[in-house]
Amino acid sequence: MQIATTGLGAVSPGFSDPVHDAQSVFSAVMRAMSRPGRIEQINERLEAPSPANNAVAAVILTLCDHDSPLWLDETVAGAEELKSWVRFHCSAPITGDRATADFALVTNPQSMPDLDTFALGTDEFPDRSTTLIVQVSSILENGGWVLSGPGIESKHKIRSDDLSADFIAQWRSNRELFPRGVDVILCAEDRIACLPRTVKIEEG
Amino acid sequence: METSEMETNRRIMGVLAHADAEMLDQKFAGLGHVPGWRFLRKPETGLVMLQGRVSGTGAAFNFGEVTVTRAAVSLETGEAGHAYALGRDKRKAEQSAIVHAMWQSGKYQQEIETEVIGPLERFAAEDDERKVKETTPTKVDFFTLVRGED
Repeated sequence: MQIATTGLGAVSPGFSDPVHDAQSVFSAVMRAMSRPGRIEQINERLEAPSPANNAVAAVILTLCDHDSPLWLDETVAGAEELKSWVRFHCSAPITGDRATADFALVTNPQSMPDLDTFALGTDEFPDRSTTLIVQVSSILENGGWVLSGPGIESKHKIRSDDLSADFIAQWRSNRELFPRGVDVILCAEDRIACLPRTVKIEEG
Repeated sequence: METSEMETNRRIMGVLAHADAEMLDQKFAGLGHVPGWRFLRKPETGLVMLQGRVSGTGAAFNFGEVTVTRAAVSLETGEAGHAYALGRDKRKAEQSAIVHAMWQSGKYQQEIETEVIGPLERFAAEDDERKVKETTPTKVDFFTLVRGED
C-alpha cells in the first residue's frame, strides 16, 4: 500500500492549559502596559518555535487571533516552523504589509523598520495601530532610559541594548503623534516590559 | 498536498468523525502497539455554524450552530494527527487524532486501515442503510388538492 501523508508537519504544542495560561499572560501584559517600563515575569513555559523566545511565543498566543493580522520582520518572514505554529494555534493571518498589521513581530531589533511605517491609527480610531512585539536578549532594570508619563509616579529606569541607536529619536516622533502611534512590548526570555505611546523616554 | 492525498485524508478523517465512539474505543484498545504521542492541542469543544441549502440546491442559509470537539496530537516519529467530530466526546477526539497520526506512518498504516478504519467505515455504512430502510416506509408525499367553490 502506498504511504500517504497529510503534509501537515508537526508543530510544537501551545499553552499546556490554554485558558488559564493565556489569562495569566494577558494580565501580565496589561499590568506591564499600565505601568510602563515595569518588568513583569512570564512564568508560562512553552516550546517556542525557533527563533522566537518564550515571552514572544506567550504574548503571540495570548494576543493574536483570526482577525488580527501579524507582520513578521525579515529575519522570521521565511521561518516556516514559526509561521505554521502561529497559524495552527492562533489562526492569525500573516501579512506582508506592516502598515495594516495589528501586531508586528520584530526579532531583530537592530534592523527594525521605522516606527512610522507601521499602522499608526487615526485620530478617530487610534486603537487601529500596530502593537510591536519586540524580541530582545535582555531588559535591564535601572538601565539608562529614563521613563516618565502616565502610569509612572515620578521616574522609572530600564534599558534594552538590543534596539537601534536612533530608537529614542524615533520614539520622540511617535509620541508627538498622540493619540496616534504604536505601542511596544519588549520581550526577553521570561520577562516583558511595555512602552505604550504615552511614555516619554530620555537617555539618562 | 496533492488532490488525491487530500481526498484520502478526508476519507480517514471523515470515517473517524462519523465513527461510533464505543466501537472506536474497542478498536483502539485492540491495537497492537501505540507509539508515544503528545497533544498539540488538547481536546476542546466549541461551536461551528452549520449551513444548509433547501433541497441541496437553494441559496445557503445558516441552519444553526452545532457542538464540535477537536484535538491534535503528534507522534514521537513526527506525524501530526487532527480530529474534528460532532458532539462533546473528548475521548473520541483524542483517539481519532492518534489514529489519524498513526495512519500517516508507513509502519502502522496497514494495521490502522484493516483494524480500525475498515470496520468503522463498514459499520457506519450498515448503520446508514438500516436507518434508510427504517425511515423510507414512513415517507409521506404531501400534495395540495385544488380547493374552491366550483
